[in-house]
Amino acid sequence: MQMPQPDSAVIARKDRLIARLSQVLPADAVIHDPAETRAYECDALTAYKCPPLMAVLPGSTAEVAAVLKICHEEGVPVVPRGSGTSLAGGALPTADCVILGVARMNRVLETDYANRVIRVETGRTNLSVTGAVEAEAFFYAPDPSSQLACAIAGNVAMNSGGAHCLKYGVTTNNLLGVTLVLMDGTVVEIGGAHLDAGGLDLLGVICGSEGQLGVVTEATLRILRKPEGALPVLMGFDSSEVAGACVSDIIKAGVLPVAIEFMDRPCIRATEAFAHAGYPDCEALLIIEVEGSEAEIAHQLDLIKAIAARHDPVEIREAADEDEAARIWLGRKSAFGAMGQINDYMCLDGTIPVSSLPMVLRRIGELSESFGLEVANVFHAGDGNMHPLILFDANTPGQLELCEALGAEILKLCVEAGGCLTGEHGVGVEKRDLMGHQYGPGDLEAQLWVKDVFDPAWLLNPAKVFPLEVTASRRQPRLAAE
Amino acid sequence: MRPETEAELAEAIRDAAGPLEIRGGGTRGVGAAGARLETGGLAGISLYEPGALTLVAGAGTPLAEVEAALAAENQRLAFEPMDHRGLMGTAGAPTLGGIFAANISGPRRIQAGAARDFLLGVRFVDGAGQILRNGGRVMKNVTGYDLVKLMAGAHGTLGVLSEVALKVLPRPETEASLEIAVPDAAAAVALLSAALGTPYEVSGAAYDPGRGLALLRVEGFEASVGYRLERLAAELAGDLAGEAQRLSAAASARLWQGIRDVAAFHGLPGDVWRISCKPSEAPALAARIGAERLLFDWGGGLIWALTPEGDDLRARAGAYDGHATLVRASAETRAQLGRVEPQPAPLAMLARGLRAKFDPRGILNPGVMG
Repeated sequence: MQMPQPDSAVIARKDRLIARLSQVLPADAVIHDPAETRAYECDALTAYKCPPLMAVLPGSTAEVAAVLKICHEEGVPVVPRGSGTSLAGGALPTADCVILGVARMNRVLETDYANRVIRVETGRTNLSVTGAVEAEAFFYAPDPSSQLACAIAGNVAMNSGGAHCLKYGVTTNNLLGVTLVLMDGTVVEIGGAHLDAGGLDLLGVICGSEGQLGVVTEATLRILRKPEGALPVLMGFDSSEVAGACVSDIIKAGVLPVAIEFMDRPCIRATEAFAHAGYPDCEALLIIEVEGSEAEIAHQLDLIKAIAARHDPVEIREAADEDEAARIWLGRKSAFGAMGQINDYMCLDGTIPVSSLPMVLRRIGELSESFGLEVANVFHAGDGNMHPLILFDANTPGQLELCEALGAEILKLCVEAGGCLTGEHGVGVEKRDLMGHQYGPGDLEAQLWVKDVFDPAWLLNPAKVFPLEVTASRRQPRLAAE
Repeated sequence: MRPETEAELAEAIRDAAGPLEIRGGGTRGVGAAGARLETGGLAGISLYEPGALTLVAGAGTPLAEVEAALAAENQRLAFEPMDHRGLMGTAGAPTLGGIFAANISGPRRIQAGAARDFLLGVRFVDGAGQILRNGGRVMKNVTGYDLVKLMAGAHGTLGVLSEVALKVLPRPETEASLEIAVPDAAAAVALLSAALGTPYEVSGAAYDPGRGLALLRVEGFEASVGYRLERLAAELAGDLAGEAQRLSAAASARLWQGIRDVAAFHGLPGDVWRISCKPSEAPALAARIGAERLLFDWGGGLIWALTPEGDDLRARAGAYDGHATLVRASAETRAQLGRVEPQPAPLAMLARGLRAKFDPRGILNPGVMG
């Protein structure tokens, strides 16, 4: 994978940059020793690494503004970083960049149950937002798998989803306001505790902009009262087509579960060997979770079971209590860990219209065979967000490249089926060069206009999201303000 | 001009010599001064997959046509778009494009989300006449920037929608409501907040000061609706409120249609304002603005206010978390006070910058977004 040539003039100004940044930050917040900057060389897309020129860990919005102002004046690219859990390389540095980590900004600024909002600094982890309000039986709905570690900053940058977004939506549907620092250091407030911020929907375009428009330092998030209860049901089928048809029938029947998770046979076998959840050995398995009062849960599960029964399931397993519910979820939740035990894997994130699920699964099987790499499928079936896991051996020369080539074919297939390259992980560097398959040149140009307006100098995370040749003219070597 | 295809729309914009008034059904009365460009010719549902909860249609498709297609499959637009005709005194038929261009959401906004939350993809023509698209027809999509959200609520100032893809939801089996007598706005908003803080999935939370009633709606399966209403009535009774009156499905549907369309203001003279605010600030804010009539929706987070013609409500509102839109007023008042609340300088600069990119000649509904 290609990254832009680092700007040697910027690298040559390292000492001066250290001196200037040290004037606005505490000494321990300016990291420039190569032994220490290594800690920021990659995110969760570990196949690609590059230590940054330096890293800074500001402790407040004012410090973030001061850092950005200096970097703007010095013409230094800045790569914002939440917790570094991006699977797409969203926080991958270049050798001439400053990593701006928000990890030290993790305070809860305000919890407001009457208005059902919480305001946090964005270095706070996703799960600890819920942690701050669960004593009052509230929660923050978006729940990416990495929620223990991932930061709200990254969630906003990537518009993260999770297993429960079929009912509750993704980050953008739960974000009411932000404090955003522009590259020149200007601090802007957008939205707040009210619904539907005024003017153009800037909040909507900032969420999911992968740290390219500004650094979000504070966020006002919608919190919800926890449901009275929730219960999953597990069902196995002897074909993916049938499982897909069952999902469609459930939705058509007017039941809207909070989660519908799908696993195919390779994935079931791997997780079974790893987690011993007692899953049936079948072609396709669904875990469907519903919420509400005891009677509501029972009613919805009855409807779901009746629909499933029409599709000849090999097994329907209900959970009598929380323990059994946890066992149903156990395999699904350890799917990625199980895959990691077997092999190196690459996790894709394409989304497809639910109706094309059987066709896409069949084609993935064919591609898997022709590339000679095994693919296990686990995904959010209700919304068509697939996570094919391609297994490969990173130590065998050529396998990573082969795996990436297969990944690209699968993602192109998702686009052909009427879907998209990424449903919740983001483009980052990983899918950057496939953007031309999703959008025409004019469609991409229109997106670049937005960055032109927010970051005219193209200094914020500039080598991400768009193919490098598309952004080349905008990323010309920058002159220092000397 | 009334293009029948996207290509004709692009040509009309490319060839435009001056400002354009973009018009869907013409029911919301937001059009700018300029040559009229109607989207009604870009109509028709091109894809509807009930099992995938998605629908794609031309921007000029009448809402009624979409609702009929959805009803046949027991589905609906969950964001409950308002019908402006009664309030604005307009005729015509609301279109899908108009609803999304204005980001029109009704009482269910608090539970289900806004129109913008249901818009999955757009095709549009920018101010230079280029046909562009963003998003798609799948529910989860983070491929590049979300221009879909940017287009929702932009009132056509960044481009004229030609096609929209949206998420639809199942229509619940039934609904019912509670009417609870409350002494004043403060008690009402406290009660609505308490209700919205329960696990009972309240999908409508309004206060009608004219009748002194707090209003709550729940929807779902018959047995569940009954259970949740009972729990709400039991948990909310006491200090805050008097006896709760239960409304059956038909009465509940009529009630919320009235709230949605602000029926209480229909036929009355004066200007109409729509204020989005933090619910807990609503009672004091409402007292400060001193309107002739008020209606509170969204648990207090949305205030409808009827004021004498030409009256500058914003001047009396003081500082609060939110913004006020002048929905109905004479052309002079609108010109004088501005339809939308002026924004702080850095935000206004970003908005200007975006408009200059998407509509370099400044011909799309000029002035409508301030």
